[in-house]
Amino acid sequence: MEFRQHKLDNGLEIIAECNPQAYSTALGFFVKAGSRDETDQLNGVSHFLEHMVFKGTPTRSAADVNRELDEIGSMSNAFTTEEQTVYYAAFLPEYQGQAVALLSDILRPSLREEDFAMEKKVILEEIAKYDDQPPYGAHDRCMVAHFQSHPLGRIVLGSTQSVSALTRQQMLDYFRSRYSPSNIVVALTGRVDFPRLVEQLDRCCGDWEPFEAPRQILPAADHQGLDVYYKESSVQQYIVQIANGPAVEDDHRYAARVLGTVLGDDSGSRMFWELIDTGLAESAALGSYEFQGTGLFMTYLSCAPEDTQANLDTVRQIIEQAQRDGVTDEELRQAKSKILSHLVLQSERPANRLFSVGNNWLQHRVYRTVRQTMDRYQQITRDDVHAILQRYPLTHTTTVTVGPQTEVNGIAARPLPAA
Amino acid sequence: MENQSIHHHTFDNGLVLLAEPMSWLESAAFALLVPAGCNYDPGERLGLANLVCEMVQRGCGSRDSRQFINDLELLGADTSASVANAHTSFGGAMPADSLIEALQIYADVVQRPLLPEDQFEDARLVCTQEIRSLEDDLPQRVFHQLRQMRYGDPYGRKTCGEFAGVQAATADDVQSFFHGTYRPNGAILSVAGNVQWPELLAQVERMFGDWQPRQAAMAIPTPTSETCRQVSVEASQTHIGIGYASVPYSHPDYFQARGAVGVLSDGMSSRLFTEVRENRGLAYAVFASCHSLRDRGSVMCYAGTSTERAQETLDVLLAELIKLADGIREDELARLKAKIKSGLVMQQESSSSRSTSVAADWYHLGRVRTMDELVGILDGLSCESINRYLAAHPPSDFTIATLGVKPLEIPFGISSAQA
Repeated sequence: MEFRQHKLDNGLEIIAECNPQAYSTALGFFVKAGSRDETDQLNGVSHFLEHMVFKGTPTRSAADVNRELDEIGSMSNAFTTEEQTVYYAAFLPEYQGQAVALLSDILRPSLREEDFAMEKKVILEEIAKYDDQPPYGAHDRCMVAHFQSHPLGRIVLGSTQSVSALTRQQMLDYFRSRYSPSNIVVALTGRVDFPRLVEQLDRCCGDWEPFEAPRQILPAADHQGLDVYYKESSVQQYIVQIANGPAVEDDHRYAARVLGTVLGDDSGSRMFWELIDTGLAESAALGSYEFQGTGLFMTYLSCAPEDTQANLDTVRQIIEQAQRDGVTDEELRQAKSKILSHLVLQSERPANRLFSVGNNWLQHRVYRTVRQTMDRYQQITRDDVHAILQRYPLTHTTTVTVGPQTEVNGIAARPLPAA
Repeated sequence: MENQSIHHHTFDNGLVLLAEPMSWLESAAFALLVPAGCNYDPGERLGLANLVCEMVQRGCGSRDSRQFINDLELLGADTSASVANAHTSFGGAMPADSLIEALQIYADVVQRPLLPEDQFEDARLVCTQEIRSLEDDLPQRVFHQLRQMRYGDPYGRKTCGEFAGVQAATADDVQSFFHGTYRPNGAILSVAGNVQWPELLAQVERMFGDWQPRQAAMAIPTPTSETCRQVSVEASQTHIGIGYASVPYSHPDYFQARGAVGVLSDGMSSRLFTEVRENRGLAYAVFASCHSLRDRGSVMCYAGTSTERAQETLDVLLAELIKLADGIREDELARLKAKIKSGLVMQQESSSSRSTSVAADWYHLGRVRTMDELVGILDGLSCESINRYLAAHPPSDFTIATLGVKPLEIPFGISSAQA
């Protein structure tokens, strides 16, 4: 396994974790553009743009792009988050040249008006799909309630209203403000011909004009509250709870992940034994998520509506007890064993490994081998975990619930607004 | 591709052990299929197989339920358990040196579960939660409607059963289902990853060799003549399912049928994606796939679309299915072959994906197809062969399921009940 890197004159960074033994190659263009970089008016444009990138360039129609992606037999897709848009493909090593040529071309899309109008319909269907799917927007609503006017309080998909109002010109302007080569990392994992890669990217992307694409990193507020939404047709009640946690650049995040595993992993955690094993809840999980400048702990709970209050009380007791007494040596050992094994299993596929390699570089220009990451988790002590709880009290939560309950904790349910 | 060896041994008690050594991986994975699927649920106890699956994981051998999970987690085993129609399956992926110990635990699960009566009510609640949460999963519900109409009872059953059946089940039912269905004759244990065959064989012989065979349970099939079911639900989208008869995996023509469905649905240049999503913007999610029981198969399609465009979506879907009988093109087949071949090579990167494929092959064929054989079959596919198959078996006699605010108009004569 060898790490290699190169920076083009226009600022585009190329990194690769090369494994000559691998069966496949994974390639990703990681763009630092997500819903936090939008304005309220433009909400949803990052994700919509991600779709439009597959709609072609001056030399390729949308059908050409789809056909060529399939011709190289690739497993390809893209996704958008609050912080990044990632275009990726996994393919057999002999297709490296074709894949690089194709992806680097589509990253300069034409954004044709007729494609824009058609794809808008697809995005609106995507929003409607999530509207029909548990937890019925509880996650998005909780992010909005927790972050309030902070940029992370913007929903990745946007709303039916904001997406309907978007124009092609607005998207083009947004593209020109975010898709600077200096704001993009090209990452590869698996079997990689690095010299050929650099030469080709220089040819394909070397003329991309660089410009400043700053991102505002604002401190996050510490909001607390409970919002109850009524959805009659839902069978279960869905609850999302958010507390502040360590940011992506904060070394405490390793301890945060260990803490999340002890308290809220989907098996063998405290929440599992109290709520899942007993059949009191359908799911109960707690995990940590990091962003630039801030992070969060998110609890997800689904259960029979009438058990909502009792289960929320149980979650609170679990958290308060941890806050008071920390975690045990046995729990620590068990959590580490799970995390380390997960890291090993994940890293066997270049297509999985790609995301940690690319993401780490995009977020903070760091490359870590799987072993280095494992060592970091090994070093976590009970004190580290306890320190996290002191620093980020999990009792300070923003909670949103959606379901057929008409009242939770004395708060009357409001009708669920349109997506 | 490295030389692939697949080992097989059938023990005296009927248990089949399969192994595919993958020396380049750090992991190993197993799949253990016992012939205890929901096909064997008594009619008034639908959901019993799922309840038994939950109960056998609440302690086994010398471990109580907590020790069971703790030990697996210390081994770094990422495990799963699920009920299908024919089998209850247990599986896990882990660092290779944990495999034998994990198998020892599962030898206890299937032979010496504690089935603790004091946990029966908790287990019943867990199963009830699963049934309730499925009610909120509209795409899954459409597939269940389709399966019920395509296969009748018991092959079209919901694997998690029905609320009434789980409510009626007793601890005695659990005992008798376990003793009637958890048996080595008809069970398959497949292992893939960094393992040595001689050692594995000896260890499995020691762990499973004394498992006593039992008489096989019989499932009594009751076909159905229902071909269309439209259920009214409050939802943003209408969820559409279409099914039609196809050949099972073991049929000599299976790959002809699979090839035709691939042209319909594999990849972004496939017909459904192009016609439904790209050209008309009717849906975000649209696909078709082959589904196979041992002796019969189906093609099942899905699209989720907003209410006002649902009729058009159904019409376009049906038109594409009917048009398939006119044949496929060379370029479509070439792309499909590239995609399937890449997928086959990439299976080599995942022990869990190989362990489940190997077990499935054995169940359907009584042997395991090697990569070379599969590549040979793929190379042998031609437009002529697929078109010949399609001409003889044109998609027809459609089964239709919808979930949405209002029912759709079903064109006359497309399903056998109307013809």
